[in-house]
Amino acid sequence: MRRVVVTGLGLVTPLGCGVETTWSRILEGRSGAGTITRFDASRLATTYACEVPLGDGSDGTFNADDFVEPKERRKIDEFIVYGLAAATQAVEDAGWADPSEEEKLRTGVMIGSGIGGLNSIAETAYLIRDKGPRRVSPFFIPGSLINLISGQVSIRYGFKGPNHAVVTACSTGAHAIGDAARLIRDDDADVMLAGGAEAAISEIGIAGFNACKALSTKRGNAPETASRPYDTDRDGFVMGEGAGIVVLEEYEHAKARGATIYAEVIGYGLSGDAYHITAPSEDGDGAERSMRAALGKAGLEPAAIDYINAHGTSTMADVIELAAVERMMGEAAGQVTMSSTKSMTGHLLGAAGAIEAIFSILAIRDQVAPPTINLDDPAVETAIDLAPNARRERRIDIALSNSFGFGGTNASLLFGKVA
Amino acid sequence: MSDIADRVKKIVVEHLGVEEDKVSDSASFIDDLGADSLDTVELVMAFEEEFGIEIPDDAAENIQTFGDAVKFIEDAQ
Repeated sequence: MRRVVVTGLGLVTPLGCGVETTWSRILEGRSGAGTITRFDASRLATTYACEVPLGDGSDGTFNADDFVEPKERRKIDEFIVYGLAAATQAVEDAGWADPSEEEKLRTGVMIGSGIGGLNSIAETAYLIRDKGPRRVSPFFIPGSLINLISGQVSIRYGFKGPNHAVVTACSTGAHAIGDAARLIRDDDADVMLAGGAEAAISEIGIAGFNACKALSTKRGNAPETASRPYDTDRDGFVMGEGAGIVVLEEYEHAKARGATIYAEVIGYGLSGDAYHITAPSEDGDGAERSMRAALGKAGLEPAAIDYINAHGTSTMADVIELAAVERMMGEAAGQVTMSSTKSMTGHLLGAAGAIEAIFSILAIRDQVAPPTINLDDPAVETAIDLAPNARRERRIDIALSNSFGFGGTNASLLFGKVA
Repeated sequence: MSDIADRVKKIVVEHLGVEEDKVSDSASFIDDLGADSLDTVELVMAFEEEFGIEIPDDAAENIQTFGDAVKFIEDAQ
């Protein structure tokens, strides 16, 4: 069986641009939340979000010019800009920017998004209403389509292997990484760029999730305290934006070229709830089957898991996932650390599973579990260590990352340390 | 250079990200200025917007150089 390892990472998150910037701030327990600055949010029930910090690139800010030329940026929605930026970082990190022509044929891309060019769609609809259909840009469609990150990345680097994109709401990033790993395992490619991107912090995006009663609304005076998974006072998720992308590579291929190997993808599980369009099944059955499927692929027992990066969105559903993990872990529950990094990044929707996979990989690299911040008054008692407000230095050989999406779509990724 | 030519040149420079001195009368949008077919559609739309004119599709197909664009717009005014 062909083994799949991670050899490159790229991040654009509300905590900053770049993997090390984001990760150091995660370990410090910093919040990326604040009052919305990109547009006038005063008509909305939620006036705060986790926006990517924009700037000239210094102090971890995101400068789009560093990744995409201004004239090209005009033609693409922001989610593609984030995706291209994270992909560029990951490719450079892996040392795979300029492989041979033959190697390019064996390099593919699978980068998804939960919603895609939502803001471009809204703006174009206004344009048609106000000025008529003749004013619609020829770049509207190719600048909004979800698979156009995969397309753009392949064009930028000449990667001519499988070109695919995942759309499974908040499980997108995790499904992309898991499915891409299988393409390598099944010998469709030797190297895959995989992950997710999202840029839905816009009036239509916030209004839509507000209508679903999914977003936090009560903490406009202190947005940095709004994302509080497992806490009694949680009242919904805080929307985030950005992208996370990994380079996956067949193990022998990575070893032969002396690549830095961060971790191995040792398991991937999927399941469906078949229950409700927005709510997870109350017994957490779908979540549990997804996690168990990932363990099954790795041939491991639950007790082998050291760290779980929870889906944990700061909604009522947090305790459903927690109960499923408790059930699965059984007597080993007291040995595992499980945290929600969404307490710091907010919920990046289609990018969440990808950035959280990267945090799980870095937890293995650095032997430290990120904290769950704003966890002051736990809603339930549990034997599981939720790392409230402080990171945990501990042994982490095996890490699990969970993602669950609207429609009842579940994915679990299992990463293992490579000796 | 006429006022119209100046305004057309400004649009071309902005949309295609090219140096101003490359935009000569005979410069082809596609062959010389790096545009693709979608870029040329957008350019024509930008001319329509700037000059408050309508450029029918068959006329747009004949606008291949900077000079073609300036001449078409001067005639349409």
